[in-house]
Amino acid sequence: MSSRSQARLGRSIALHLFLTPLALIWLFPLWMMVVFSTMPDNGIFSPGIELLPHDNFIDNVNNLQRDTNFVGAIGISVSVAVTYTFLSVLLTSMAGWALARYNFVGKGVVVAIILGTITLPYAVVLIPQFIMVARDFQLANTWVALIVPPLFNSLGVLFMRQAFSMMPGDLFDAARVEGVKEWRIFLFVALPLARPMLAALAIILFLASWNNYLWPLLINSQPGAMTAPVALGTLIGLTKVSWGGIMAGAVMLTVPMLVVFVLLQRHFIAGIAAGAIK
Amino acid sequence: MRHQNATAYRFLAPYLLIFSVFWVWPIISSFLISFQATRTVPWRWAPTFNWGRLIGDPAFFNALKNTLLILVIQVPVMISLAIVMAVLLNSPLLKARGLYRFAFFAPVVVGEVAYSAVFRLMFNLNFGIINKLLNSVGLPSIDWFSNVTPAMALIMIAVTWRWAGYNAIILLAGLQSIPDDVYEAATLDRVSKVKQFFYITLPLLKPIIVFCAVLSIIGTMQLFTEPFLITERGGPGGGTETLGLLLYRQGFRSLNFGYASAVAYTMAGLAIAITLVQLWLTKEPK
Repeated sequence: MSSRSQARLGRSIALHLFLTPLALIWLFPLWMMVVFSTMPDNGIFSPGIELLPHDNFIDNVNNLQRDTNFVGAIGISVSVAVTYTFLSVLLTSMAGWALARYNFVGKGVVVAIILGTITLPYAVVLIPQFIMVARDFQLANTWVALIVPPLFNSLGVLFMRQAFSMMPGDLFDAARVEGVKEWRIFLFVALPLARPMLAALAIILFLASWNNYLWPLLINSQPGAMTAPVALGTLIGLTKVSWGGIMAGAVMLTVPMLVVFVLLQRHFIAGIAAGAIK
Repeated sequence: MRHQNATAYRFLAPYLLIFSVFWVWPIISSFLISFQATRTVPWRWAPTFNWGRLIGDPAFFNALKNTLLILVIQVPVMISLAIVMAVLLNSPLLKARGLYRFAFFAPVVVGEVAYSAVFRLMFNLNFGIINKLLNSVGLPSIDWFSNVTPAMALIMIAVTWRWAGYNAIILLAGLQSIPDDVYEAATLDRVSKVKQFFYITLPLLKPIIVFCAVLSIIGTMQLFTEPFLITERGGPGGGTETLGLLLYRQGFRSLNFGYASAVAYTMAGLAIAITLVQLWLTKEPK
């Protein structure tokens, strides 16, 4: 073996020796989530070290359902995330299309306001949003309250503007010459071409809605109107509560997203790499 | 080029409506609310009421201090770790790359509540797996929840676990945009890998590192869920109370909207300052 390939081998071994423990540490909390979710409470709170799953998952789910209506909360979370994702993708891609492909009065102002305020912390709008939705519109504890305010997110606008402005304009002009209406060009020519970007955007938005905690906590605090993370959060810190149940809930919130992540990793990474989720 | 105002605004209108009502107007509104006494009916214009209270409030300075402390320690540690992850994941020598990527990127999809619950259980004093593992190698248990220093450390560990991979994804995309021939030329010139990292990778990656740092600072600045759920409402005794938590308590427990808006605008001021530093750091040299 030449000294060069020996050095290469040495470097490769060092790389794996460093990265493997780090990867195991990183997977550890997720692994423990699964392990805890399969253990009875007296197993979780016992002095022994348990690193392998048991068989108490179904009982834990039942315990969780006894502590809070988690199945109902999951139903709300799924419906809200699906509706939010659809609406947000639609609205932001329409806006992105306008900004990418038309000249109009006020375009510079719109872009400047979006870009100029994008790094402002979300905390700044929390109080007025709450006052408006809860007091002025009287919409607390409704689906509208969960779905509509978060639609302000401008990530999709910038993302889709970028996507549409990279497309060749001739394509759309050709359709225009044929007399195709603008909204048809958008729906049937531009959107299908942007499918990978739409997928990336949809995944990121779905995840953001699925995991959203602070806004649903504030606005939908009544038991029957809670999303799944909020319902689960109310149990943390209570004394008489099944921790195996909480962990089963955490697993139900997390594992589907992990599966989606593994299946659609490319879109996921494209969405995150293109900018921030927030 | 001719203008297409009507068409453009038909596409823009639905989004602009929501954006104005739920983002632009609240930004203005919360600024105005911060100058009002909001616990009287009707609200009363009182320019120094909240801001005057803010600068004399030990709870505010405690939350500010905790938030800045977390920022100063957690963000550099996490960004450094993310750079290491990204560079190593990008190495052509790495086998089973998909597994490593999964390990580091998986926390990105985990919700705040789910992982807060797990961390709470893992770091439990008597029955937590972390203390059991410490004991098994002869180290004493750490009371993560009753003492301020370990509680702060726990918050930082949790946030780092959750967000390092997220930053690594962005950095990895940046790394992959550096052309290979730069490294090939350096290798031909017998520049060591370590030197290549410090003299090629880091400088070329600088704008993305700064971007990640700014995102992380603005995210960590609003830290809420972790001290809310893991260390239970900023405990022990306000030791992990953050600005986000103070805003929540003032705004939504005490319903003191004016004061909470002043806290929110303090965060906004910090965010603006940090964004200006970013623009200055990534300015193209003349």
